Amino acid sequence: MANFYTDNPDLKHHLNHPLMQKIVELKERNYTDAEKYDYAPMNFDDAMDSYDKVLEIVGEICGGKIADNAESVDHEGPRVENGRVIYASATQENLDLCRKAGLMGMAMPRRLGGLNFPITPYIMAADIVSRADTGFENLWGLQDCAETIYEFADEDQKQRYIPRVCKGETMSMDLTEPDAGSDLQSVMLKATEQPDGTWRLNGVKRFITNGDSDIHLVLARSEDGTKDGRGLSMFIYDKRNGGVDVRRIENKMGIKGSPTCELVYKNAPAELCGQRRLGLIKYVMALMNGARLGIAAQSVGVSERAYREALAYAKDRKQFGKAIIEFPAVYEMLAILKAKLDASRALLYETSRFVDMYKIYEDIAKERSLTPDERKEMKKYSKMADACTPLVKGMGSEYCNQNAYDCIQIHGGSGFMKDYACERVYRDARITSIYEGTTQLQVVAAIRHVTTGTYLDLIRGYQDNEVKPELKWLHDNLVAMTATYEEAVATVSAVKEGDYNDFMARRLVEMAGCIIMSYLLLNDANRNESFISSAEVYNKYAQAEVAKHADFIKQFNPEQVSMYKPAE
Amino acid sequence: MSLNIVVLAKQVPDTRNVGKDAMKEDGTINRAALPAIFNPEDLNALEQALRLKEANPGSTVTLLTMGLPRASEIIREAMFRGADGGIVLTDRSLGGADTLATSYSLAQAVKKIGNYDIILGGRQAIDGDTAQVGPQIAEKLGLPQVTYAEEILDLKDGFVTVKRRLESGVETVKSPLPCVVTVNGSAAECRPRNAMRVMKYKFAASPTEMASKPDEIKAIIEKRPELQISEWSAAYVDADPEQIGLPGSPTKVKAIENVVFTAKESRRLTDNDEEIENLVKELIANHTIG
Repeated sequence: MANFYTDNPDLKHHLNHPLMQKIVELKERNYTDAEKYDYAPMNFDDAMDSYDKVLEIVGEICGGKIADNAESVDHEGPRVENGRVIYASATQENLDLCRKAGLMGMAMPRRLGGLNFPITPYIMAADIVSRADTGFENLWGLQDCAETIYEFADEDQKQRYIPRVCKGETMSMDLTEPDAGSDLQSVMLKATEQPDGTWRLNGVKRFITNGDSDIHLVLARSEDGTKDGRGLSMFIYDKRNGGVDVRRIENKMGIKGSPTCELVYKNAPAELCGQRRLGLIKYVMALMNGARLGIAAQSVGVSERAYREALAYAKDRKQFGKAIIEFPAVYEMLAILKAKLDASRALLYETSRFVDMYKIYEDIAKERSLTPDERKEMKKYSKMADACTPLVKGMGSEYCNQNAYDCIQIHGGSGFMKDYACERVYRDARITSIYEGTTQLQVVAAIRHVTTGTYLDLIRGYQDNEVKPELKWLHDNLVAMTATYEEAVATVSAVKEGDYNDFMARRLVEMAGCIIMSYLLLNDANRNESFISSAEVYNKYAQAEVAKHADFIKQFNPEQVSMYKPAE
Repeated sequence: MSLNIVVLAKQVPDTRNVGKDAMKEDGTINRAALPAIFNPEDLNALEQALRLKEANPGSTVTLLTMGLPRASEIIREAMFRGADGGIVLTDRSLGGADTLATSYSLAQAVKKIGNYDIILGGRQAIDGDTAQVGPQIAEKLGLPQVTYAEEILDLKDGFVTVKRRLESGVETVKSPLPCVVTVNGSAAECRPRNAMRVMKYKFAASPTEMASKPDEIKAIIEKRPELQISEWSAAYVDADPEQIGLPGSPTKVKAIENVVFTAKESRRLTDNDEEIENLVKELIANHTIG
């Protein structure tokens, strides 16, 4: 039986990144938990060995049952009966398996029943789960929501809810409404405070992934008469209390095993999470950042699957007397597919390490005050995480769509038939560039890091790394690309024209993304020879992309935006 | 009611994924080419044991295996899935045992464990496929036995109710405790390794394994008894040297043949009793069946 962790040495390469030493040391507070918990690590090697062993369980379950079940889940899908969701039978089997394997609440602290994993190995598990069944990754990955309870709820709430998540109860984040999708400020679901201080929720939510979960985080309007984001608060709704029914589930194109629900709240009892009015502006922002990293991992998992399906087919399929992988048109597609996979994975784990660094510092700050150096470091990593999250979500999800497309292309006519997994991969991929903020919205979040120079700082940092002589040409190309990028940024910034700046934003963000990912692959190749070919192929690809965007910007007169505007 | 549950398990070469190099030229198994795994039906038995443990708080599940010292690997594997600990019955003098000697040796070890309520094991091991060891242990211990078990339906008041999978259907039987139950591959699959348990028990080791561990790990194992996998010798379980290993094994292997299956010829029969009877007679005559 396949093991989706051990059959993929790239994962171990990323897990063993040099920064992990510091992340684990901080996360484990110098390994003091070993005194209290018999499953806590006593040193760095012990911790890394544990991550490795647990990821091996993830890989085994995913490469076995979950991957095998994916097709039947896609066909059967969930259904609604009497206001409740009934998962596809194999989905239920997958969930039971993950519960028994103790893979829920992986990143939660031990005192609340979790494994106290840093984000990085947890995200790696998400990457693996998604390769097996992309839709199932949602149900499993919504354990992320526990992070929001851990960060913002009071101690009593943490004690009541987080251990339940660690034991395997599922979660959902109820944000979207019929008239509040990308624009969450328009959320209308009404929260009314009762004389005894509890709250009741009334209204409708739509497109809620796993909407019949055990524990919901709900964004609702607590401040009567307000219309914007400052009138919204975050609530916890416990399904055990009743009051929320599933009216229907959507009939979707992909990720069919993941139920997408319309929810009706009828006087549903709920409790406030954190402070009033901070629901959207603070908590949802934090929740979304975590969720976006999760979708980036999901996207990388899709790319991995697409690459493997395409590679296996290209080796197997013979035309004109030889395997089609021997034709330049096919091997080019495969090489680029792999390069995009490796590039987005490199950025995924770079981002997850940044997130680990600042979140662990934030957590330590609850126990003691940070030293000035620590505070400085936390800020640095927080900013880099903030910059890289929309980049990896945006570009990683676009890449997985392109990869799923090319995967079908390599399969030719067979890929268009339902007989091969690639058609499911293609349908499943499509949502990744839409939910948790479309690619267009990731650009909105990312563009300020173009203008404020966060990306450039990051690039300069990578530029200082030593490279092996045989890889120097990649480095030189990147220096040139960076100059082109700076010039393009200067050209666009010089024009103070809102529509024009927005119009060019995605191009600039993509240029930064290409350069950053190309540098990361160069670093990977420097550390591990197996990445050399992807580093080279991606460098060529990035070079062409950067030149294309730069040329477009150069040839563009800001007034030409009007050509694109719809007629009045 | 808390139970002392013993699970009999065997580390076997993985004969399910046999490659070209699985057999040596002399016809014996090339163990180096086949990974050593937890015998699949013993995992089904372990799952039944773990369910009993869950239903009866305070119960313990102890693995018992006979084999080379490295068989402690499957004890650790069982601990990762929920077992409390285990014993490797290992001794040079036990080598070369057939099912009779094996069942005698294991029965001696079970006696040494003592105080057991139920003994579970897989129906058979994939390397020998005899399905004899479980039943022979029951005989040697004078216990009732339930074979081909698919599910333990109930255990209370000194009795266990078991669903058996037979060729033509299922049968539900009730047996007094203690008894031996051998579990069929059609029973529920064993639960996966549990992340927390893997981290907790990963240093579990037998005395042989401990010898090569760094001091730091030795200290941990010494401090935590739950990490100590026992190793028992033939003498420790009071085994009669004449009844174990090669001396205790009446089975003598005359020759091992490397059989290559090939479909050579096919014959079409009509739906005619006489023709079928003739074919059966022919097959008996040439020892294909019977």
